[in-house]
Amino acid sequence: MYPPRFSLIVPSTVEEALDALSRYGEEAKVLAGGHSLIPLMKLRLASPKYLIYIGKIQGLSYIREEAGKISIGCMTTHAMIESSDLLRKKNLLLSETASKIGDLQVRNMGTIGGSLAHADPAADYPAAITALEGEIVARSVKGERVIKAQEFFKGPFSTALRSDELLVEVRVPSMEGYFGAAYEKLVFRATDYAIVGVAAVLELDRGGAIQRARVALTGVGSTPVRAKSVEEELIGKQASKDLIVKVSTRASEGLNPPSDIRASSEYRKAMAAVMTKRALLRALERAQEKIASNG
Amino acid sequence: MSIIHKARPTQHLGKPVKRKEDPKLVTGRGLYVDDIKLPGMLYVAFLRSPYAHAKIKSIDVSKALRVPGVVAVYTGEDFRGKIGPIPTGWQLTGADLKVPEWPAVAYDKVRFIGEIVAVVVASDPYRARDALEAIEVDYEPLQAVVSVEDAIKPGAPQLHEGVPNNIAFRWRLKGGEDFEEISKKADKVIKQRMVNQRLIPSAMEPRGAVAEYNRYTGELTLWVTSQNPHVHRLLLSGVLGIPENKLRVIAPDVGGGFGSKIPVYPLEAIVARLAMDLGKPIKYVETRRENFLGTIHGRDHVEYVEAAIKNDGTVLGLRVRTLANMGAYLSTAAPGVPTILFGTMLSGPYKIRSVDVEVTGVFTNTIPVDAYRGAGRPEATYILERIMDLVARELNMDPADVRRKNLIPEAPYAAITGLTYDSGKYLEVFERALKIADYEGWRKRQSEARKEGRLIGVGIASYIEVCGLAPSRIARATGFGLGLWESAIVRVHPSGKVTVYTGASPHGQGEDIAFAQIVAEELGVSLEDVEVIHGDTALVQFGMGTYGSRTTPVGGGAIALAARRVREKARKIAAALLEAREEDVVFEAGRFYVKGVPEKAVTIQQVALASYTAEKLPPGVEPGLEATVFYDPENFTFPYGTHVCVVEIDRETGGVKILRYVAVDDAGIIVNPMLAEGQVIGGALQGIAQALYEEAIYDSSGNLLTAGFNDYMIPTAREAPKIESYFYETPSPHNPLGVKGIGETSTIASTPAVVNAVLDALAHLGVRHIDMPLLPSKIYKVLKEKEVG
Repeated sequence: MYPPRFSLIVPSTVEEALDALSRYGEEAKVLAGGHSLIPLMKLRLASPKYLIYIGKIQGLSYIREEAGKISIGCMTTHAMIESSDLLRKKNLLLSETASKIGDLQVRNMGTIGGSLAHADPAADYPAAITALEGEIVARSVKGERVIKAQEFFKGPFSTALRSDELLVEVRVPSMEGYFGAAYEKLVFRATDYAIVGVAAVLELDRGGAIQRARVALTGVGSTPVRAKSVEEELIGKQASKDLIVKVSTRASEGLNPPSDIRASSEYRKAMAAVMTKRALLRALERAQEKIASNG
Repeated sequence: MSIIHKARPTQHLGKPVKRKEDPKLVTGRGLYVDDIKLPGMLYVAFLRSPYAHAKIKSIDVSKALRVPGVVAVYTGEDFRGKIGPIPTGWQLTGADLKVPEWPAVAYDKVRFIGEIVAVVVASDPYRARDALEAIEVDYEPLQAVVSVEDAIKPGAPQLHEGVPNNIAFRWRLKGGEDFEEISKKADKVIKQRMVNQRLIPSAMEPRGAVAEYNRYTGELTLWVTSQNPHVHRLLLSGVLGIPENKLRVIAPDVGGGFGSKIPVYPLEAIVARLAMDLGKPIKYVETRRENFLGTIHGRDHVEYVEAAIKNDGTVLGLRVRTLANMGAYLSTAAPGVPTILFGTMLSGPYKIRSVDVEVTGVFTNTIPVDAYRGAGRPEATYILERIMDLVARELNMDPADVRRKNLIPEAPYAAITGLTYDSGKYLEVFERALKIADYEGWRKRQSEARKEGRLIGVGIASYIEVCGLAPSRIARATGFGLGLWESAIVRVHPSGKVTVYTGASPHGQGEDIAFAQIVAEELGVSLEDVEVIHGDTALVQFGMGTYGSRTTPVGGGAIALAARRVREKARKIAAALLEAREEDVVFEAGRFYVKGVPEKAVTIQQVALASYTAEKLPPGVEPGLEATVFYDPENFTFPYGTHVCVVEIDRETGGVKILRYVAVDDAGIIVNPMLAEGQVIGGALQGIAQALYEEAIYDSSGNLLTAGFNDYMIPTAREAPKIESYFYETPSPHNPLGVKGIGETSTIASTPAVVNAVLDALAHLGVRHIDMPLLPSKIYKVLKEKEVG
């Protein structure tokens, strides 16, 4: 595996990185964990002239709670997200999603910023970030802007990031209250990309009625897809397994997933409903546990 | 790991001793071909055809020559007459075999995607690859054909001149009674079309070669990823026109092969030629993608099977019509794999009275197909074991009872295909496997689960395998290019330390320790005192290599015989030292003594020293203590066994989970149960992979859609179920150790065991057969159809 020639730029500050991006933008790629970009370069499917490696910049790897949100630095690895006590307590969905990415080696190297910026239509984080209504912080020499998850993914391997922008941070809600969430990933092999992945978030009130429902799917379209019809059917109703079983079938509605050697479009469509059901059932269980433990 | 029936007491054999090479390999201190770096070395890159079938109209290399660092660029025309065609070593007899020319570098036509059309030599591998992009080839695309059924149709694209209808050979074997006649005695004839899909061997280390030529001595040294360096030397000396004694072939550490490193390929011939022409060391190692595109694939049969059966479950006869995909050219052993190694095993461990098999080898615009772990025998066993289950389904019988009805109780047994099975308690091992796996219990759990709508299935596979590939007289009769014996030198040094030179060429199997155990058993020396040398034609006498589960039975057999010759010579010398008659000298645990006087002994080490000091040698005994053996067994060995697999299917997704997997194998005397269990576990996972995950998929224009591990789904540790491995020993009388070989058994047995289990789970829904791999999406589709229907 021999990539074509490229120049490697190793900035030591974010400012230097932004400077390089503003200069080389279109011809440059940002290198973080390298688990998507390097294989593409080795196969000569991607051949950037410049690689800007941000792994030497201090302070891009963190998970911290700020003003009701959890902020995650772009160089934070999947393994750190998977094992973060803060996330496990206040945003289990994200850490559960991270735990299902690739294998241990990938999780030790791959980063949340790299994965989101790469925007593989079958990647795991996009579904979770969409269901969580997270935010993506992009910075350039011109300044900083916050992009909502639902506006971030533009197509397969395409995002709202401009060529001079660096994805510096991801923000997800710090979930207090009777929340439950889960990520269900259908794979034939544990290390694969999702055939269908479903991230589900449920918020109940004390009495068990559904206040908020968010369901987002990966692997079924060019970007993560919100199952709005499922969400609408849930909100305001008393949560129950029967209700979830009934409404989950609607997750397949309107989908036109891709076909490939693993699975047909029809299969993915059918599995969208099955995985939605499983994710919601687990989310419900978790929310109900919270109600029970708070008495 | 457990030996549930031990044939006889042993000292060193049967001990789970750790492998000798592991500390080196697991700490990264191995020496693989890619680790070899020589001063002034140049690197090669290959331009590979993007078309499955096309005429080469012209090639312009001028721009590539201007890429910095490029030393030379060659096309197929440049090598014509300088590199002979890639040889086919198994010239199948009685089959109207057509062997079209396989040029190392295509010059007029390309016949598969990945075929080499140009060669760049540069100062580093990156520059070499850059230059590939600057080569301009003008192709005239031709229609491609990838499926065997399409390739033999009238009007199909023709790959080779003089090979009408793309038919490489037609090979037929009829054994026992005539199938038509026996069908008249049958109550029913059941039929099934089955596909044994194409697989990709995927050894951990891709292939590669380094060549260095000494123009003053005329000697060429070639380091190559090979399972059989002497065979490589012999064939390459012909291809390159270099005397065999001027060519040194070294297989350094080799990271697995599974058959894919038996053949001689274009790459090693090109690298060797360039080293001679340019006078510089030359290196090429495949990338993983090139390993998918440039290394042989395995299996790829379409089978039309008919079984004549009685209503009591007896299978009277089998008629099989096979279309075997050979790919675009005939690789080294390719013609023998889907014929000899397949057809002769079609009566398996069963009392079938008629076998009529015809195999048509078909050229297609795909990568050549050759031996892949099991090589022909998994395909045969798959047919038999699927048929046993289909008979059970047809007659509403328990699949276990169908096998009880048909199994040969025990060997020796003369099979109708012409083979004589060596030793074994086939029925006893079958019953032991079912008992260990709690077959009856699972049947009860299955019927309870069905009431809850859950899908549990139990699958059985009984197999027998012809392995320990030898003897020569049979190999030659089938058109095999060489004999199939094995060689060994056991050399005891003056200090009593031992070096073994084996013609086998292990590449990850751990034979260093297994061979040491054999020598220790025979000579009473310690394991630490035995070193094993293999894989270098300058150090080791001619040998056949490692494949076909032959290394321990044939290679180990040769070592045991050589050690015994050493022992007998040592006995003569010991008698002189003890001043006793030779026939009165007893050998026990490394010591010689006069019968009845064990306290007055000489050790093998003392005898060794005396053999070199040589002042007390008996008359007629030469100095030194070593023996050379070229061992050609009288017959093959026949490991056999029964595997049981239990699965549960997720009704909503079609996903398969293996709940239990039990393997009971008789591989004869087990030399090292830890290594044997490793072979069983690895083999089972590889067979499970065929059943559930792996398939090489081509599109209709000949693009390999599964040219990487993203899409070619090798299961990982996460998919691996616990494999429970048990051994039942009956010594094979066909070799000096009583061993039978264990390298392929589990790959052969596991595939049908798993497929039978999955289809058993779906049986009550009326599902008869689904072709592999049984991906969840495929099972889901069938479930939906049955639910709707």
